[in-house]
Amino acid sequence: MCVDKNVGRSSCKIIYNNQIAEGVYEIVFESASISSLAQPGQFVNLYSSIGSRLLPRPISICEVNTKEQWVKLVYAVVGDGTKEFSMLGKGQTIDVLGPVGNGYEVEACETSILVGGGVGTPPLLELAKRIEGKKLIYLGFRTGSYLVEEFKKYGEVQVATDDGSEGHHGTVITLMNQNNADGQRIYACGPKPMLKALQQWAGERNIRAQLSLEERMGCGFGACVGCVCKIKAKNELGYTYKKVCKDGPVFDAKEVLF
Amino acid sequence: MNLSVNIAGVELKNPVMTASGTFGSGKEFEQYIDINRLGGVIVKGVANKEWLGNPSPRIAETYGGMLNAVGLQNPGMEVFIKEDIPFLRKFDTKIIVNVVGRTISDYCEVAERLQNEDVDLLELNISCPNVKEGGVAFGISPQMAEKITNEVKKYAKQPLIVKLSPNVTDIAEIARAVEAGGADAVSLINTLIGMKVDVHKRQPVIANKIAGLSGPAIKPVAVRMVYQVAKAIRIPIIGLGGIMTGEDAIEFLMVGASAIAVGTANLLNPRATMNILDEIETFMKTKKIRDIKEIIGIIE
Repeated sequence: MCVDKNVGRSSCKIIYNNQIAEGVYEIVFESASISSLAQPGQFVNLYSSIGSRLLPRPISICEVNTKEQWVKLVYAVVGDGTKEFSMLGKGQTIDVLGPVGNGYEVEACETSILVGGGVGTPPLLELAKRIEGKKLIYLGFRTGSYLVEEFKKYGEVQVATDDGSEGHHGTVITLMNQNNADGQRIYACGPKPMLKALQQWAGERNIRAQLSLEERMGCGFGACVGCVCKIKAKNELGYTYKKVCKDGPVFDAKEVLF
Repeated sequence: MNLSVNIAGVELKNPVMTASGTFGSGKEFEQYIDINRLGGVIVKGVANKEWLGNPSPRIAETYGGMLNAVGLQNPGMEVFIKEDIPFLRKFDTKIIVNVVGRTISDYCEVAERLQNEDVDLLELNISCPNVKEGGVAFGISPQMAEKITNEVKKYAKQPLIVKLSPNVTDIAEIARAVEAGGADAVSLINTLIGMKVDVHKRQPVIANKIAGLSGPAIKPVAVRMVYQVAKAIRIPIIGLGGIMTGEDAIEFLMVGASAIAVGTANLLNPRATMNILDEIETFMKTKKIRDIKEIIGIIE
């Protein structure tokens, strides 16, 4: 039953689609190919069924089950497209393409530090499942939290919130400093200020960090060159543009120019 | 059933091509489609040297369309020749190289460098709205359009298509000018200049502020322009602008395009060209059209 080829844009049956926090939804759909191909840090394109909304919404893969052939995504409602998705229910279908992008390179080490911010936390779940060794998991949110119980199955979880409504009152970075977090590898996904701070944090400690970036995308599979980020290069400008959707979304922290 | 068409002496197995900048050089599509089925691949713009392109964000969705201000990011002609031509030559399809530049000599340099390369046609891009110099500056004045066509023709060994900008008062006038300059064919339309503002942040959505609008939203404009140009010139026309379905493609053929290019649709569904081809074939079967050329330009 294993489908080892990306089958392109195809219709997938929804198993459930539930709200898990204010404006945040968890959708699980059937897909033999995506569930067997997906690597942590990769994403899928979700398509609107409304003809005037042309572009895909790229959503990172939270969890897959190859045996039961399902894929779980966690997404925030940020506009009309994601609002449309949030109204879908069990038994309905959604157009999906994936998996796409270059995910995390999973490396064995004694202690790994996983750092997620907001809707950047979901892709770390599949990653946490697949990393061996001790895992320190730092999750930051604006207010409240989600997925914390799932993460607890795989490591030691610390939560920070901007408003202090849960866990540490402040950012994940201040919490990591407070705890003297220590490890050999860092994996992160979240808002740009968090990633930028982590790049510095990891650099000062000489720890390899992999960061998952986000950018407005056109196609989501490398064709349009719309979603670029600055990557350090040995030219007169000191950088070149790489595609977040295809060269990334995961880049080595040392390469990224914020 | 015969789907073959002829553009400036080059026989395409069918009229379906890919629009420049929406298909790269096909590598991203290989896993999704059979590139052999395409009439031709119009590759992403190639300059004499590497172009970095514009800052992010470069993309925005609009109602029935999209804005882009990629700014012709490309690795330059040497990388293209080394990597992309051999890749595309694995397939039985025509290679059309979209040529970009900032000055007339930039364009000529690319045309000259490609003289002995295995490509079938050149497409002169004088209509990209997203670069500050060159590009569209050559495409909005009939005198400049004629001059650059004439200059590049001196260096081009392959037949030359000139891609026209819709951001002009009278596109037929530009078409006549490039025909007079020696163009072997024209393609139209490139994107329409547009803009989108994020009212919450009080700033343009696209870093470049203005951008090119494409997608189904622009199709009626494109069909009208192909119709007007078909009445004005004798060289063949490649029609494009918002083609999403086989029937969209047929509209362009009926108003006078000899071939069509699929652009934005590739980005929403990598299989778009294959679906469009299937739909054209079904249309022909249903309507008992034996040769696609029967319907080209049938609208008076």
